[in-house]
Amino acid sequence: MDEKKPSAVSFRGVSRHYGEVRAADSLSFDIAEGEFFSMLGPSGSGKTTCLRLIAGFEQPTSGEVLIRGLSMAGVPPYERDVNTVFQDYALFPHMSVAENVAYGLMIRKIPKAERAARTEAMLAMVALSGMGQRKPSQLSGGQRQRVALARALVNQPGVLLLDEPLGALDLKLREQMQVELKAIQRQVGITFIYVTHDQGEALSMSDRIAVFNKGRIEQIGRPDEIYEHPATAFVAGFVGVSNILSGAEAAAVAGAPAAFSIRPEKILLAAPGAPVPGDSCFADGTIASVLYLGASTRFGVALAKGGELIVIEQNREETAVSASARQGQPVRLIWQRAHIQEMRT
Amino acid sequence: MSRARASTRAGTGAGLGLRAAALFGLLFLNLPLVFILLYALTTDDRSFTFPPPGLTLRWFALAWSRADIWQALALSVEVALAGMGVALLLGTLASLAMFRFHFFGREAVTLLILLPIALPGIVTGISLRSAFDIAGISFSYWTIVLGHATFCIVVVYNNVIARLRRSSPALIEASMDLGADSFQTFRHVVMPNVATALLAGGMLAFALSFDEVIVTTFTAGQQETLPIWMLAQLVRPRDRPLTNVVAVFVIAVTLLPILGAYYLTRDTHDASGSGK
Amino acid sequence: MSALAADVPARGLLRRFSNFLYRRPRLTLALLLLPPMLWLGVVYLGSLAALLAQSMFSVDDFSGLTVYQPTLKTYGELFQPASLDIILRTVVMAASVTLGCAVIGFPLAYYMARFAGLRAKAVFYLAVMLPLWSNYLVRVYSWKLILAKEGVITWLFGLVGLDSLLDWILALPVVGGPSLSASYVGMWVVFMYIWLPYMILPVEAALERVPRSLIEASADLGAHPRQTFRNVILPLAVPGIAAGSIFTFSLTLGDYIIPNLIGNSRPFIGMVVYSYQGTAGNIPGAAAFTLVPILVMALYLAAAKRLGAFDAL
Repeated sequence: MDEKKPSAVSFRGVSRHYGEVRAADSLSFDIAEGEFFSMLGPSGSGKTTCLRLIAGFEQPTSGEVLIRGLSMAGVPPYERDVNTVFQDYALFPHMSVAENVAYGLMIRKIPKAERAARTEAMLAMVALSGMGQRKPSQLSGGQRQRVALARALVNQPGVLLLDEPLGALDLKLREQMQVELKAIQRQVGITFIYVTHDQGEALSMSDRIAVFNKGRIEQIGRPDEIYEHPATAFVAGFVGVSNILSGAEAAAVAGAPAAFSIRPEKILLAAPGAPVPGDSCFADGTIASVLYLGASTRFGVALAKGGELIVIEQNREETAVSASARQGQPVRLIWQRAHIQEMRT
Repeated sequence: MSRARASTRAGTGAGLGLRAAALFGLLFLNLPLVFILLYALTTDDRSFTFPPPGLTLRWFALAWSRADIWQALALSVEVALAGMGVALLLGTLASLAMFRFHFFGREAVTLLILLPIALPGIVTGISLRSAFDIAGISFSYWTIVLGHATFCIVVVYNNVIARLRRSSPALIEASMDLGADSFQTFRHVVMPNVATALLAGGMLAFALSFDEVIVTTFTAGQQETLPIWMLAQLVRPRDRPLTNVVAVFVIAVTLLPILGAYYLTRDTHDASGSGK
Repeated sequence: MSALAADVPARGLLRRFSNFLYRRPRLTLALLLLPPMLWLGVVYLGSLAALLAQSMFSVDDFSGLTVYQPTLKTYGELFQPASLDIILRTVVMAASVTLGCAVIGFPLAYYMARFAGLRAKAVFYLAVMLPLWSNYLVRVYSWKLILAKEGVITWLFGLVGLDSLLDWILALPVVGGPSLSASYVGMWVVFMYIWLPYMILPVEAALERVPRSLIEASADLGAHPRQTFRNVILPLAVPGIAAGSIFTFSLTLGDYIIPNLIGNSRPFIGMVVYSYQGTAGNIPGAAAFTLVPILVMALYLAAAKRLGAFDAL
């Protein structure tokens, strides 16, 4: 299945074992050139292992990792056209910011003048002009993160790896950096491979997401595909809040006992006996719990025929008081059939 | 968890007795060295009368003119430098190996490195002597260095590996990620990190070797290092005040590397990462 | 567009070697570890083996030369009354020194661990470490000055009118002597002085590790400070004391300089070893005698391990 241009990164049956533990289990997938590709999953799911396999800090127990069509078996990290932004930044403490950024260029023996020019340009791109002479110990977390980014990008690698780079930043800074990172990626056109456990981050920044679980990939797809059509119960539960009905409860609502999921924001909370359009399903029940979330309210509805569905409604006219008053009310839940996602597992 | 002044907590303060005992202990440990200085300045050259009848710098001048003292000093310095050199090389190699790799038999290696300093000096001394006798090696500068270097390795090893353990392993990976191979990484990233630990270890090794007397007596034959000169003096006292002068000198020479090493290895914070 | 790093200058020899090593971590480990292990193995382990070998040789009574044939004759000398006497003397001294160090060192360590503020603690550490690293000979010598018949101690005793006490000590049957600097008492004091830091440091570390919450819990359950000390703190300090005692015991066993300088000419194990290998040229005898402290220490270490000393080292 060869494309005209080789993928930026390819995994072919890659496994990485540590004794009994399978950190990566027979993985095969491709990452396209110029993509913003996220690897999403909980701790220990194998996403960081994959990153390290691409970077070259680990070798696969079996299988092959290819970068632009070339096998990386036995190739050390310093021979790969890949650069990494580390989770704890790993800035060299005895060097200044400028020296840190220029490190890769210095190793490649790029002449001094060109080094200085490229360093300056990169510092400007990450909005750190003028900080060249400072030491990492004098910078804030957000600034250090940018130095790490500049240090990796200045080498113009074919692939940039980012290992949960925003984990240590506070919320506001994180959101700002997400926007900046995405803009930089568009600007330089390099393939970004981004590891995170934060599904919101992955959804907002990526062209495609791979959801990891216990060393395997549960699903790869665009953010909207992952969110709207989760392939497995794990993906449905990990990415966003999800409702899953199975067995008898599913049969009571949808006619067949096949398990399915439906997103809470896709369900309409209507009065009992409200008319149901032809393309929709419905279920009757009572409001069992109300959770006021500020911008929205989360209702837990106990279904008459068994099971519970969570509904999230925007508080366009609802207030905390009016919402909590609805506790115990009978309601009819209506949703479009198209929004149902069948579960594989 | 602050250690507030204990007296503010009822019933758990350090009683006067405890404080006095602690103070006594401290004085007991350090005051004797002061006495040596005192006796190096006394005018009495026959006995150790206290209080000293008078003070003079005569002995310092006399020591300066003694050829045998200078010879002993020169030998001590040469041996210490050689021992330090070997210890620096072997200690660094060992600590790099133990830091980077986890392998079967690690504890055995640690034990072997520690053993020369864990077993009493007399055991090391006699062992070396036994070996020289069986192998027919005669005493020389190198037999002394052989002994000294062996127990100095552990000093360098401890210092370097402590520093390596405190540094972030991601630094080496970052360097390799940016295109530097193992040798370049060692040169640009690892060395600057452990440089002060190496210096401290080297200085401590120098001081240890300079002071050493037990193993040296078994491996030196006719040669005299400074401590051996002193020992000979003490066993058959000839020039008492000179011995005091040499003792003062030895204290000073040893004190400086110790203090230097202490300052070099005080906790330095790592600023490479996000958490700090 | 390539998969490998661009702009790499001509693949130098060093870089190719680095690649070679990178693919072979075991070889790298061997290369790093070989020089130090070779040195330590050959020089140190080899010497220990030589020691064992020598102890099995003997000295020809007539020529005084070493006979390189295995025999048990040299070991036999160890069991003669004179030798046993020496061994006993050394062991008793080692035990009393250990006891003394524990008694003097404990309050200091206790104060350091529980009551010293941050700055005081740094000062204490320095004050304890400095003597440890200072020249051993100088430290012994300083006490010879202090203990001399005309020295400070005599002057001090005279100052407070306790001359008679000093004379009484010196007149004690076994431990006394002509002067403090030539008696068991003097030796005992000097030994304690020299090895004290070795006792203080592990004890301090062990005491520091006692969680504050344990002491508070004990107080909360109604115990007086003294009871808390006896039932909570002291037992937890025992591993540290045991660890420190390993050093004080073993170092005293093997020492030959202090008995020589501050002794009353009664032989200790160390002195015997020294004199055997020196002018006597009796290396097998020296080797055999050296095995005694090694054996004693092996037994002591086994006992100390039971007390948890190894965890406190």
